[in-house]
Amino acid sequence: MTPLVFTLVTLGISYVAGLLGSLVGVGGGIIVVPALTLLMGVGIQNAIACSIVSVIATSSGAAASYVGERITNMRLGMVLEVATVIGAITGACVAARVPGRGLFLLFAIVLAFTAWWMLRPRGVAADAPADPMADRLRLHGSFYDRSLGREVAYRVSRTRLGLAVSLVAGVASGLLGIGGGVFKVPVMNLAMGIPIKACTATSNFMIGVTAAASAAVYLMRGDVLPFVAAPVAIGVLFGARTGAGLLGGMKSRSIRIAFVAVLALSAVQMFMKGIR
Amino acid sequence: MRAAPAGPVPRTEAAIGGVLRIGVAVSLLVIAAGTLLSFVQDGGYGTLASDVPRLAGPGGAFPRTGSWLLAGLKDLNGQAVIVAGLLLLIATPVMRVAVSIVVFGRERDRAYMAIASAVLMLLLLSFALGKSG
Repeated sequence: MTPLVFTLVTLGISYVAGLLGSLVGVGGGIIVVPALTLLMGVGIQNAIACSIVSVIATSSGAAASYVGERITNMRLGMVLEVATVIGAITGACVAARVPGRGLFLLFAIVLAFTAWWMLRPRGVAADAPADPMADRLRLHGSFYDRSLGREVAYRVSRTRLGLAVSLVAGVASGLLGIGGGVFKVPVMNLAMGIPIKACTATSNFMIGVTAAASAAVYLMRGDVLPFVAAPVAIGVLFGARTGAGLLGGMKSRSIRIAFVAVLALSAVQMFMKGIR
Repeated sequence: MRAAPAGPVPRTEAAIGGVLRIGVAVSLLVIAAGTLLSFVQDGGYGTLASDVPRLAGPGGAFPRTGSWLLAGLKDLNGQAVIVAGLLLLIATPVMRVAVSIVVFGRERDRAYMAIASAVLMLLLLSFALGKSG
């Protein structure tokens, strides 16, 4: 494989990863890392470092439009961001000391969790007790829901739990080169009492900053390979754009199932690499 | 009790959305330009299959010093241009946080100014940590 072929193949794989990810509502990182390690033979530390750079591009692109539509709860994002950024820096610093096979095993677990999460039955939101911390920080919000045709107001609950989960999501993001939305969104929705659209938008808003923190660590440490990171960032971003444009009619169950199959297959492959 | 509005004035959203959009577009253009340069330059990516392990292996790291970057940009070295694009991409969310500090300051919202400043400090810290680790 010549450098030109490598670049074009990586560009194509990243485009598909971004496209599939945005169709089913996850970032591209969860597919880019397995693809780079399993198909392109890139080392897992380097694959994670290149993936996290692409996560900044996709989440910032999407965040710009969510913010414009005023669905994002920016105050809540700012508060939880403190925890995700601390987590991300910790994760990125720890990653250098975790052996490659450990990273493969952790990644396999996250892939399996994501696959399960996508197939789970829809959860029922827990009742939301009053939260003085949310009152003090004025976290409660509202947005105009276009599909309902009305303003949706909500009160935020369990801010401390949200901070704790954000810390964990940040560590996962920094350690594995993924956005971490798969950990935050369920808790924000089911435990904190936030409507799912506001959860997705706010999680996305945080992911750019979270990924920037760990990407800075990886870049300065020399794990980001310009040769690999360039086609990954460009491919994933354009794939996600295409996916967002298609989103209207294509959110079918068959796409979800196909995606879960890809996740499960990658989980097994990554697991094998971890125990070999 | 009525819920407070989620965010500050719409102008804020426009400013923050604009920073994100422009930052991503500019950095990706720079990254794409750097990639093209790397393919056509002597001492760039090369055309042989044996060039790939050199570029995609652990040895593909670039010298992470300001002087290498500046000298590389002056000569329009492809890889240096890509690294500049990557730095712009990483700087985009950082700029977003900086803009929000200004916006919260204009609204005299001390608590959120402090929160956003803490995030900015952590982001700057991450560059230093990567360099030393």
